[in-house]
Amino acid sequence: MSKYIPNTEAQQNEMLSEIGMSGIEGLFSGIPGNVKLKRELDIPKAMSEMEVTVHMRDLAGMNGNMDEYTCFMGAGAYDHYIPSVVNHLVSRQEFYTAYTPYQPEISQGTLQAIFEYQTMICNLTGMDAANASMYDGATALAEAASMACHSTKRNKILVAKSVHPESREVLHTYSRFNGNQIAEYGYKDGKVDVADLESRLSADMAAVIVQTPNFFGVIEDLKELAELVHKNKSLLIVSCDPISLAILKSPGELGADIAVGEGQSLGNPLSFGGPYLGFFAVKKELMRKTPGRIVGETADKEGRRGFVLTVQTREQHIRREKATSNICSNQALNALTATIYLSTLGKQGLKNVALLCAKKAHYAYEQLIETGLFSTAFNAPFFKEFALKYKGDVAQLNNKLLEHKIIGGYDLGKKYPDLENSWLLAVTEKRTRKEIDRLIGKVAVL
Amino acid sequence: MIKKDQLLIFEISKPGRTAYSLPECDVPEAEITDLIPACLLCENDIELPEVGEVDVIRHFTRLSLKNHGVDSGFYPLGSCTMKYNPKINEDIARLDGFAKVHPYQQAETVQGCLKLLYETDKMLAEITGMERVSLQPAAGAHGEATGLMIIKAWHESKGDFKRKKIVVPDSAHGTNPASAAVVGFEVLEVKSDELGGVDLEALKSLMGDEIAGLMLTNPNTLGLFDDKILAIADIVHQAGGLLYYDGANANAIIGISRPGDMGFDVVHLNLHKTFSTPHGGGGPGSGPVGVKKELVPFLPLPVIECKDDVYYQDYNRPLSIGRVKSYYGNFGVIVKAYTYIRSLGPDGLRSVSQAAVLNANYIMHKLKEYYYLPYDRTCMHEVVFSGQKQKELGVSTLDIAKRLLDFGYHPPTIYFPLIVKEAIMIEPTETESKETLDEFIAVMKQIAEEVKTNPEMVKGAPYHTAVSRLDEARAARNPVLVYTPPAGSKSENRR
Repeated sequence: MSKYIPNTEAQQNEMLSEIGMSGIEGLFSGIPGNVKLKRELDIPKAMSEMEVTVHMRDLAGMNGNMDEYTCFMGAGAYDHYIPSVVNHLVSRQEFYTAYTPYQPEISQGTLQAIFEYQTMICNLTGMDAANASMYDGATALAEAASMACHSTKRNKILVAKSVHPESREVLHTYSRFNGNQIAEYGYKDGKVDVADLESRLSADMAAVIVQTPNFFGVIEDLKELAELVHKNKSLLIVSCDPISLAILKSPGELGADIAVGEGQSLGNPLSFGGPYLGFFAVKKELMRKTPGRIVGETADKEGRRGFVLTVQTREQHIRREKATSNICSNQALNALTATIYLSTLGKQGLKNVALLCAKKAHYAYEQLIETGLFSTAFNAPFFKEFALKYKGDVAQLNNKLLEHKIIGGYDLGKKYPDLENSWLLAVTEKRTRKEIDRLIGKVAVL
Repeated sequence: MIKKDQLLIFEISKPGRTAYSLPECDVPEAEITDLIPACLLCENDIELPEVGEVDVIRHFTRLSLKNHGVDSGFYPLGSCTMKYNPKINEDIARLDGFAKVHPYQQAETVQGCLKLLYETDKMLAEITGMERVSLQPAAGAHGEATGLMIIKAWHESKGDFKRKKIVVPDSAHGTNPASAAVVGFEVLEVKSDELGGVDLEALKSLMGDEIAGLMLTNPNTLGLFDDKILAIADIVHQAGGLLYYDGANANAIIGISRPGDMGFDVVHLNLHKTFSTPHGGGGPGSGPVGVKKELVPFLPLPVIECKDDVYYQDYNRPLSIGRVKSYYGNFGVIVKAYTYIRSLGPDGLRSVSQAAVLNANYIMHKLKEYYYLPYDRTCMHEVVFSGQKQKELGVSTLDIAKRLLDFGYHPPTIYFPLIVKEAIMIEPTETESKETLDEFIAVMKQIAEEVKTNPEMVKGAPYHTAVSRLDEARAARNPVLVYTPPAGSKSENRR
């Protein structure tokens, strides 16, 4: 018997005889013989804990990790520092082995943490209400688009080409099936092309999507755009980097009706792309159209403050095909991670992280330009990520850097043919001057 | 008055207190306004807590103690498969070679990750009887939507655009109809027969050239295996539709029966149920989708392939539905499931389902005298009772669930499936001992007795939890979803 099954064979036999069965096969007599598997599954034999540990270490060892390599890759997933307390706390079994807080009396820990998370997301984004998380930034954006179509009763979405390519891909996949129409508008010198947007606005436009800092790292000035969008009675969906919000104007201030984004930066390991979390926040008017779990404050019979899942009539388990979304499981533990991260960094710490990122990124930018091998791709302000035009081949450059244990930047030409050999570099607070100088040194001699 | 142990992190905040340490800036100092135009910068600091490291630790430790997890005690939440989450899986997912890997690193630096994904795909394909499996979907419902997109794309690839309806049984999980709707299908409900299976005549009457497929859970949400499954598959296939398998209940059949052999064309699994990855207080999950050979070209991008022992992501798949999530799925969750499958092997997995089914039948047998059992036949991994006997005495299923809290149990799933009145859905899983089951059974009998002798007491439960019953109506009527500092306090949110 496996170590995860406590009952001994003798106990199983005892239980079988109690229920009047002679053998365990009898339990499966309701499954017709012609759909039963008459052989063993063709998968590798069991391994002991020692063996599986060695096997998994070998697999992990085939990957280059961020302790061995210096990472200048960002493009939506960032190598930020994770304080030690974060992993200690999210490793508490009471958090990670529980499920959705359906029974509030024994789930106040999860519920209060989500309430705190919702508050922090609203404070960061300048919005009124937030849900308990979505699968990731890309699906949060796709859900925002669906919600905008439902609430405006229009079916067209305009998305900026400077939004993360994978987010746009998810948006296109969802819309192919849900009947909404997605069109893209362009960029000019790295920023949204407002004239292009204006020419594409129409009366059936449910929402306009913009990302800031955008995929090129450029900080968008959304004033003019927001006015155009709202004049058209469309909703403005802003996707943003939560770390940047410690110093940049919030989506709420910029006029967003829905703010979404990838929350990985908030204490979640890179983990080859997941699990991350999508945050999702709205203005008050849209609260009851929001997808996913929402926690609200209330009181118990004795008048003590407590928290519950609320406004559930939006959700699939009540509304079935009429629900605002099909989401059930979300990324609760990742949202808890974000909450602990934001509590640990706090008001000053998050700002300091953002300032360090900005200063180091600008230092790296200046130094790279000085090598004479790069020119600026866009004449536009940036936060922690920036694009450069390289005189040579970016893929080759990255391969050369890899030999020196440096993960170089994202090759923008892969998704933007007009930006061939443009290199997108991210510099977080983790990168030291020494590491940046080493990058410059290696780049210069290649 | 709010007691100290109930304070929010914002309420223990003290200006100037910190829980972080960061290195000094080692690049030339600059004013932020010299780097970024002032008009783009915010004017006020974000309102976030100012607390010390000990505050953070004590606050979240205190919160955790108000939770019940699988490690705390029995958690027979039907349909959720709250089995034990092996600790070794947690250690493995935290290895630097998995946790500290960027999704856009060059392929030669992520061969271990790609190999793991490829092998998980192949093993899950074997377990379900499918050809290939996409590991992209982040949860069960996400898997459902992805699978339904594949079904729609397959019909459309044959020039058939009129199949806009999906049939879903009245016993189905709420996510089934919701997923069908978000993918643009119209939902037709088919009723269950007196044995809890799909009513064949009702199903036949719904068939036609507008039917894209049928979504089915087998064993179904009553915990019963529908033995007419091949006939059901035949009816749907004859009408030109496809069969979708909701793998929420797969813990009953691993190594015993495969959806592929039952006639299903598309399957999703919940790694956070059957394959032991933790539920995380609501997620992250992982909802891989497997398909038969003919549907492989429609799988989401990218598909991991292997050539001459080199693993790579294949994006050149013109019929693919496209991307459904960033990057490659909830990788960290997949690592845990992979570790679990490799730890158990074929025998271990089969014994999981055997033990899970035995535990459920044992509970059914021991409690059916005390709680009404609407479908009295051998069940699979879970058993559905009805609290209707107790309801007649004025005590609802909700009251019984709340009373269970006082004994340190997480209650079963209640009021689901919808086709059973006052439903009590118990899924013990294989990781519980006979001793645990016997104690639970004794408590359930005691509550049944209390309902007769002291119903008012049961209706007032729970008595031994951090809070008593909460006013959910008030929360919904006047939603308070964020903390607002008391008027006049210094902190100003920028909301």
